[in-house]
Amino acid sequence: MDFLKAFLVGGAICVIGQLLMDLTSYKITPAHILVSFVSAGAVLSGLGLYKPLVDFAGAGATVPLPGFGHALAQGAIEGVEEKGLLGAFAGGVEATAVGVAAAIIFGYLVAVIFNPKGE
Amino acid sequence: MATKKLGKQTVRFQNPPVILSSAAIAGPKEGEGPLGLYFDQLLKDNLFEEETWEKAERKMLFEAIILAMNKIDLVPEDIDFMLAGDLLNQIISANYTARQTEIPFIGLYGACSTMAESLALGSILIDGGFAAKVVCGASSHYNTAERQYRFPTELGVQRPPTAQWTVTGAGATVLGESGKGLRVSHATFGKVVDLGISDANDMGSAMAPAVADTIVTHFQDIGGNETYYDLIITGDMGNVGKGLVQQLVAKEGYNIADKYTDCGVLVFDPAQDTHAGGSGCGCSAIVFNSYLLHEILGGKFKKVLFIGSGALLSPTALQQGESIPGIGHAVVIEA
Amino acid sequence: MASEQILNSPTLSKNDKKKAYFDLVNRNKPKPPLLRNIFWAFVIGGLISVIGQGLLILYSGQGLDEKSAGAATSATLVFAAALLTGLGVYDNIGKFAGAGSIVPITGFANSMVASALEWKREGMVFGVGAKLFAIAGPVLVYGFVTSWLIGLIAFIFKG
Repeated sequence: MDFLKAFLVGGAICVIGQLLMDLTSYKITPAHILVSFVSAGAVLSGLGLYKPLVDFAGAGATVPLPGFGHALAQGAIEGVEEKGLLGAFAGGVEATAVGVAAAIIFGYLVAVIFNPKGE
Repeated sequence: MATKKLGKQTVRFQNPPVILSSAAIAGPKEGEGPLGLYFDQLLKDNLFEEETWEKAERKMLFEAIILAMNKIDLVPEDIDFMLAGDLLNQIISANYTARQTEIPFIGLYGACSTMAESLALGSILIDGGFAAKVVCGASSHYNTAERQYRFPTELGVQRPPTAQWTVTGAGATVLGESGKGLRVSHATFGKVVDLGISDANDMGSAMAPAVADTIVTHFQDIGGNETYYDLIITGDMGNVGKGLVQQLVAKEGYNIADKYTDCGVLVFDPAQDTHAGGSGCGCSAIVFNSYLLHEILGGKFKKVLFIGSGALLSPTALQQGESIPGIGHAVVIEA
Repeated sequence: MASEQILNSPTLSKNDKKKAYFDLVNRNKPKPPLLRNIFWAFVIGGLISVIGQGLLILYSGQGLDEKSAGAATSATLVFAAALLTGLGVYDNIGKFAGAGSIVPITGFANSMVASALEWKREGMVFGVGAKLFAIAGPVLVYGFVTSWLIGLIAFIFKG
């Protein structure tokens, strides 16, 4: 059941992205999608609207990029609760540190090891 | 007095320059296309034994120019001027090729219209008595163009149905003042026309007004119409742009439908997943210098209007909210 | 309307010509296969999430707490996407998956590797180092700024 919920919610979030690209004659590029989905996830999370979706769908809500925004926002809010104003700076970075560092490190290693194929 | 000028934008050559030789080198995907058998040489992969795609592109242009000269036993010293261009910033493919050939070099940027532009200017040099032999050329490469103008190719993006596939290839033509061969009788230089299209994935629509304008102006300048030609062929309009050119020209009162085709439509098979067809300087360069000249020499066509079509696209200008200007340059080839 | 002259029309202004041409283009332009795109975006996006769910359960079973399991899941997906990009496979998935392979965290990893890989020949600093962030940079910038603002608002309301 967890898997079905993850599938449905994860798929549905992607469909929103697809519609944004296809219905705007590609004026919204993949880069715009990445940026706006992370920001939108953070805003929704700040408003308390994203947490219920994560509770319902698990990875279906955390794997798509709004989930990254959610982790950033929750980190910042928890940071403020623990450390005050400094937490607003540190919380988001700390909460997403593993994912971001993994992306930089694995991205770097792959770029160094592999050669682009093209086509 | 401009005695060789005809109408607004056309020049008529008094001693029409002769197409002495030509060569076309194409990438593997182009080799698998419908015109694969016409090309002189095919690349095994997109690197052409070089370290980078940019180096591969300039090697194609160099080899095409040398091959065109070798076919008629010429060496670079026999050539007065080299006119060439490509799509990359600072036209590096042409510049570095000229560094190697050591032929006096006139670098051109006409985006994908460069092959026709170089033929038109080369013909002017010859008919004007400024040169006895010139070599004209143009090149493009899918991977060098894609990463400069759009996204890196490994990015998992969907190409819209209007997108065209930049041809990997280079073509070269040797023009001379005398000899046996096909002749360039007229050239029409286009105006930059821009009707507001700003989608970098829809170059056909961006270029169509400029190309249609050049065709219509050419007819007016020579006091003729589509019946003067056996074939009207554009450079890289693709399926979408070709239909638009046809309709725009029809609205001006010329029905070119039954003798009009496009290099970008011919070069790939729809099954090759190239969407709207081929594009890039190399598209018209390889089709003109192989298939087209071959068919005219073979007698299939006698009088051909060849229009190079260029989308003068700049990612910087687009990001600043500009649209994409287009241009079309035409040359008339006669058997 | 269909036969009205556009290019050399004696009556249309420059803006009218643009409008008339825009209409013509829209009538001729092939539309993206919307239903097919939606289907594949849904299926691939859903499947990546299901893999994520599987990893989440796996890591939780290893005794990791909820947050650590989530972080490990992200790192694993990022690794897989980076590897598939290096192997030249990810862009082929993207061709039919569209947003289905852009929106998951794997699309973020793909955007980093794709740029860095193709600019590798421009050197390790200005090539790989700088281009790693060509698309990911803006994502991190807006993500961090947005979350900082949210933290700030939380701080003000707390106080």
